[in-house]
Amino acid sequence: MSNGNMNLTLKVWRQKNAGSKGAFVTYKAENISPDMSFLEMLDVVNESLIHTGGEPIHFDHDCREGICGMCSLYINGHPHGPKNAITTCQLHMRTFHDGEIIVIEPWRAAAFPVIKDLAVDRSAFDRIQQAGGFVSVNTGGVPDANEIPIPKIIADEAFNSATCIGCGACVAACKNASAMLFVSAKVTQLGMLPQGQPERYTRVQAMVAQMDAEGFGSCTNTGACEIECPKEIKMTNIAHMNSDYFSAKLFRQEEIGEHASGE
Amino acid sequence: MSLDAKIPKGPLAEKWSTHKFNLKLVNPANKRKYDVIVVGTGLAGASAAASLAELGYNVKAFCFQDSPRRAHSIAAQGGINAAKNYQNDGDSVYRLFYDTIKGGDYRAREGNVYRLAEVSVNIIDQCVAQGVPFAREYGGLLDNRSFGGSQVSRTFYARGQTGQQLLLGAYSALNRQIHLGKVKMYTRTEMLDIVTIDGQAKGIVTRNLINGQIETHTGHAVLLCTGGYGNVFYLSTNAIGSNVTAAWRAHKRGAYFANPCYTQIHPTCIPVTGDHQSKLTLMSESLRNDGRVWAPKTVAIAEQLRKGAIRADQVKEDDRDYFLERKYPSFGNLVPRDVASRNAKEMVDDGRGVGGSGFAVFLDFADAIHRLGKDAVAAKYGNLFDMYYQITDEDPYKQPMRIYPAVHYTMGGLWVDYNLSTNIPGLYALGECNFSDHGANRLGASALMQGLADGYFVIPYTLGDYLATIGPKPVDAGHPAFEKTKQEVTDRINKLLALKGTKTVNEYHRDLGHIMWEYCGMARTEEGLTKAKGLIQALRADFWKNAIVVGDNEEVNPALERAGRVADFLELGELMVDDALMRRESCGGHFRLESQTPEGEAMRDDEHFAFVAAWEYKGDNQPEVLNKEILDFEFVHLTQRSYK
Repeated sequence: MSNGNMNLTLKVWRQKNAGSKGAFVTYKAENISPDMSFLEMLDVVNESLIHTGGEPIHFDHDCREGICGMCSLYINGHPHGPKNAITTCQLHMRTFHDGEIIVIEPWRAAAFPVIKDLAVDRSAFDRIQQAGGFVSVNTGGVPDANEIPIPKIIADEAFNSATCIGCGACVAACKNASAMLFVSAKVTQLGMLPQGQPERYTRVQAMVAQMDAEGFGSCTNTGACEIECPKEIKMTNIAHMNSDYFSAKLFRQEEIGEHASGE
Repeated sequence: MSLDAKIPKGPLAEKWSTHKFNLKLVNPANKRKYDVIVVGTGLAGASAAASLAELGYNVKAFCFQDSPRRAHSIAAQGGINAAKNYQNDGDSVYRLFYDTIKGGDYRAREGNVYRLAEVSVNIIDQCVAQGVPFAREYGGLLDNRSFGGSQVSRTFYARGQTGQQLLLGAYSALNRQIHLGKVKMYTRTEMLDIVTIDGQAKGIVTRNLINGQIETHTGHAVLLCTGGYGNVFYLSTNAIGSNVTAAWRAHKRGAYFANPCYTQIHPTCIPVTGDHQSKLTLMSESLRNDGRVWAPKTVAIAEQLRKGAIRADQVKEDDRDYFLERKYPSFGNLVPRDVASRNAKEMVDDGRGVGGSGFAVFLDFADAIHRLGKDAVAAKYGNLFDMYYQITDEDPYKQPMRIYPAVHYTMGGLWVDYNLSTNIPGLYALGECNFSDHGANRLGASALMQGLADGYFVIPYTLGDYLATIGPKPVDAGHPAFEKTKQEVTDRINKLLALKGTKTVNEYHRDLGHIMWEYCGMARTEEGLTKAKGLIQALRADFWKNAIVVGDNEEVNPALERAGRVADFLELGELMVDDALMRRESCGGHFRLESQTPEGEAMRDDEHFAFVAAWEYKGDNQPEVLNKEILDFEFVHLTQRSYK
């Protein structure tokens, strides 16, 4: 189009609720500005659906600046779309060209049941964090912050793991729908820091046990998760977690005893 | 009516410790007999829920998102202030107190602000103990940076993602209590009303956002930690879901709404590109530590830049106006947000704006890259530069950023006393949801501090006093007030679902935003505000006739959720305008053109306006009644703010 705007064809997964069967439905997205974000393009489609008596396409989203982890969408075969290191809300339409067909699906994983259309239930992630993704300190009565010196290199590495936004792209990218990257990021962050040492080996067992209970698949070190992760969480986190997990299972059962739940 | 904030008597530095001693305690064995409802799971809500559960109370926590970790606190970039004086640069609790009260343009309470500064040091300790990975020096100790409105380095940070790391810390503490069974977490659940019995808050009514079920929940106290209302402007840096509904529903049940017109317009956001835009993205204030703000000296050069005839880096040094450095030599680019925003607007009004639309000024890193090297700049601000590049398709390492002010934070909110209690006994407001600590302008890195101060270190003490007073008798879930409120919520939903007009809810929201930004934004006049009031009333009346709300209640229905929130914004907007009209002075983020100094700076009127405006709801389409809480300044001498 002369003004740089685009006309696109969308093939969107529509599914009424968790219990019903879904299917692709085709929509036209017309006069789309390259400056729009992907979600703003869907807003435009939804506004026109409302005006014409249709039902808007449901998708999860909130902060629209790439940090809350709420948006998802499997776009043209990639979680968060074709570009690396961004979330769907940061994907802009200038990535696409006029006339393109865009296929939009929800995250596909048994542990992430579809709620409606493109939104899935990721509460399994919360339950894994609840199983052990914390340091057991109460409010108050903690030492002065500078009484715990931490080498900068360790602090920076822990930070890299801590940037996980819990979006689930790693699960969506994985052929086994494994959650290892997500779980290992928290295990590694706390496992590297001195504050996390007292519960290091109970934590990893508790979180892995919950991950298994939720029905996530196994890791086969393919690495799709690392490539698709919008926050570039590295697979070395998985290696770190495996190391702690085996160490806990093989050598530390006596010291851990019955208290493998993180408390 | 004059309001009592219940500020303890005595020297400033002893108020909080004296008060803590005087507060009643709940016996440890009795704590489990109390239920506490916490609505919202951002910094204030998550920290409060976790801390209260640790003490032994039964907590029911609610969020509308799919997980407590999504709350918009997560998006805060720059940092959190604390008076640690780790840098040996002259900081102290008193200095943080003084900077904050001055930064707020003397429209906050001395007692509250001092307490905030006092507990700030505990917050950092708490977060570090949780494993929050703050930035560190090579020696292993914590690093600090300076932030707008302060001349010391007291801001702790975690790259440009401080809010994320602090929220994940609070979320982890919350998760631990969920795991231990002390917190029952309700996600994808929206609070739609509070339930009062004999004038006391005793519960809430919620809607399950998956199946539409309307439910009632009982509690001995209700804590609203539901954030700010910046989305009344449609475009803001808030998340799409951020809304005023919980606070507004409480207001309509009798809770006073204080200083609603105090809005923070943040100076460094990415400019608007078109009508399709759904939100604005902030570029952290920390960028002003190394970035220099400028506009071209002449309209002619600005025009060439707007047409794309020349690039910013081609503008000669002599043709650039580093207007903040020029006008405010002692603070330079680090002036507080309200001052920086107003000056950017002046440049644009003067015809010297840049970018395609002309609604932008430059934030330039060329000098910093030259001085420190690209790697050092990337280490400090890399994620922000990447974010800018993603949105604008321009490389800020090569070209200066284009920035323009955008709505970011709301200092106004539910009126609370020193105990964080609203005027409805049993109803508390924490974090951005209340009005209490920032006056008319919030300094950078103070929001995270206040949210966590309220949740970790204030409410665990003050709530106990109230609970000990009312006793642990269970709340009667069968009381008719629950059924009655539930019915009112259901009726309102049905009324919204019956709207089958021609204009979408989003279109109404956008129209409201235009009115608010134009007349109740960075600069306000009597004439403009009067006009806005009429426009909002007309828009609201039209909404209830011509809006379209699709779908049913018994399903996932974001259109219905949005409609309820926008309906509330359409009421709040008018109150903001009323408040702005009443306040015939300029202070902080509230700039009345009729009230400025000869140099064009904000001119306060301490004689007539040194009070908190707490508005009382009197019924649909009835004028609200103004209650005043007079601000006494015992310790600080009120001066005209100067950053020159």
